Amino acid sequence: MATLNSPLPKRSQAAALGARAVTESVFGKASVQLKVKNLAFYGILLTALTIATLSIAAILIWSIVEGHPRLDLNLLVNNPSSISPETAGYRPAILGSTYLIAGVILFIVPIGVASAVYMELFANRAKWYNRFIELNIQNLAGVPSIVFGILGLAFIVRGPLSLGFVVAAGSLTVALLVLPTVILASREAIRAVPSSILEGSLALGATLWQSVRRQVLSAAFPGILTGVILAVARAIGEAAPLLLVGAVTFVTFDPKYLEGGYSALPVMIYNYAGRPQEEFHTLAAAGILVMLLLLMSINSIAIWLRARSEQNW
Amino acid sequence: MTDTKNPDQIKATVIDQDSHMSIVMDDMTGVSMEDFAGRESVFNLSDVNVHYGNSLAVKDVSLDIYKNQITAFIGPSGCGKTTILRCLNRMNDLIPSARVTGSIKYHGEEMYSPEVDPVQVRKLIGMVFQKPNPFPKSIYDNVAFGPRTLGMSGNMDEIVEKALRDAALWDDVKDRLEDNAYGMSGGQQQRLCIARAIAVKPDVILMDEPCSALDPVSTFKIEDLMMELKKDYTIVIVTHNMQQAGRVADLTAFYSVVSNDEIGSRTGQLIEYDTTNKIFSNPKDSRTRDYVTGRFG
Repeated sequence: MATLNSPLPKRSQAAALGARAVTESVFGKASVQLKVKNLAFYGILLTALTIATLSIAAILIWSIVEGHPRLDLNLLVNNPSSISPETAGYRPAILGSTYLIAGVILFIVPIGVASAVYMELFANRAKWYNRFIELNIQNLAGVPSIVFGILGLAFIVRGPLSLGFVVAAGSLTVALLVLPTVILASREAIRAVPSSILEGSLALGATLWQSVRRQVLSAAFPGILTGVILAVARAIGEAAPLLLVGAVTFVTFDPKYLEGGYSALPVMIYNYAGRPQEEFHTLAAAGILVMLLLLMSINSIAIWLRARSEQNW
Repeated sequence: MTDTKNPDQIKATVIDQDSHMSIVMDDMTGVSMEDFAGRESVFNLSDVNVHYGNSLAVKDVSLDIYKNQITAFIGPSGCGKTTILRCLNRMNDLIPSARVTGSIKYHGEEMYSPEVDPVQVRKLIGMVFQKPNPFPKSIYDNVAFGPRTLGMSGNMDEIVEKALRDAALWDDVKDRLEDNAYGMSGGQQQRLCIARAIAVKPDVILMDEPCSALDPVSTFKIEDLMMELKKDYTIVIVTHNMQQAGRVADLTAFYSVVSNDEIGSRTGQLIEYDTTNKIFSNPKDSRTRDYVTGRFG
């Protein structure tokens, strides 16, 4: 026991032991069972965390191990090729994905934030249509992406918008897919701004619009960006709806917004991974790393913006 | 010397004695409601009723609020004092179910007539809330927000400094204007909110229990500040704290709740409005007496 080894004089040691005996007689000893339970709980938490981390690590490590022979500049700047996989690259797909995501962000930020502002600050929840809209947005967040692909094909590629199989159609389709994420996250962020802030601003004679824009939205900005990050992360990896709205698996020219074919990283990775030759599998693994790199560079801009504006409540 | 005393002169002597702890009530004796009759009023309320949905929250309030005076609204919870206060700068407009009837005149103009823009009303009639609610920005930006938003001209640094000085906060914060306002103490935050309100040069300042979340020292600082501010502004304060009303207010309105058990409603009502001295020493209504002597509420 620690107390016996301590440099206290003998009488003090005896006193310390006596004090412990008294404490234990009053409160009872800490039960072993309780300690075991605590440890077990801690263990469960740690296991869960390990599983989550391991799966991410597994993907990364596998991609690096498989793809490392092809981690060169050709990967980024060359066009794809079915003849020489040793020098083939992802150029059109990288550009396609970048265009796609840029369009998604341009679409989801204003529409998502405006919807969230309406639902949090203006909608009268007593009205049935506001509750109906709210329910629908929550449900939309859980709709499988292929359904949005069909929607995009019917209404954006064909139908009323008739954009054809172009990047803009892909952007719009994926934007619709991730819009609920942005709306829900923005609503949370707006709700977290105390109503006293809005009241304080209105009481100074600011208009509702000025108060919402300069106080509520500026305070909710970090939370809204978090929603955008989540949405972009989902959008960049979507392949299924893109296949339906015209992303082709193999293009050798740079995409344009409103005309011509285009590809995207996940679609092209899917194409390479399905080929029999080993070299194409290496190329696919390297492509995963390219996609993660693109995602990280987009998100790092958002994270930098968020850190810059973060407020302490 | 005329028989009627000028309430301002009397109050001035009270301030000079620098004894905010005990408003010397004797000095106010002899000043009665009649002395205010001819003075310039800022608000004239007559038969004001406020409904929330179908329930009547406050009934038949009629009173005048005088320029450069501090008027206190006191009364038990649910008596409608805050509701009436929020009618005075149309903050109740933000509650969709709230409906105000009767007449509230501001310098003779009907405040609830359809052509009046509530935003314009709030520019002239500022408000300080129960819980300090600084914006999540720097101290400087908190004060500058109002003037900037309203497009006030002049040197912003000077406007901010003047407002902070007037709110007795300048010496506390002059070296950390760029710090987040949330790092201040509760009392400083509330004085920042007052600074923010006076930065837009309002005519009236409404205060909704401004000291209820503060410690006694901060409370006295705010009370001191109010005595200072009333030279330039008209102040209406809602307070739960009767001693506070006694210390700072020239006039006091006592509200109470009238419940009707048959229909299960509780409606606030103005019971008595008089000089603070009269309300506390010799009220007309027995309900006022019971309340100010601590027998109920």
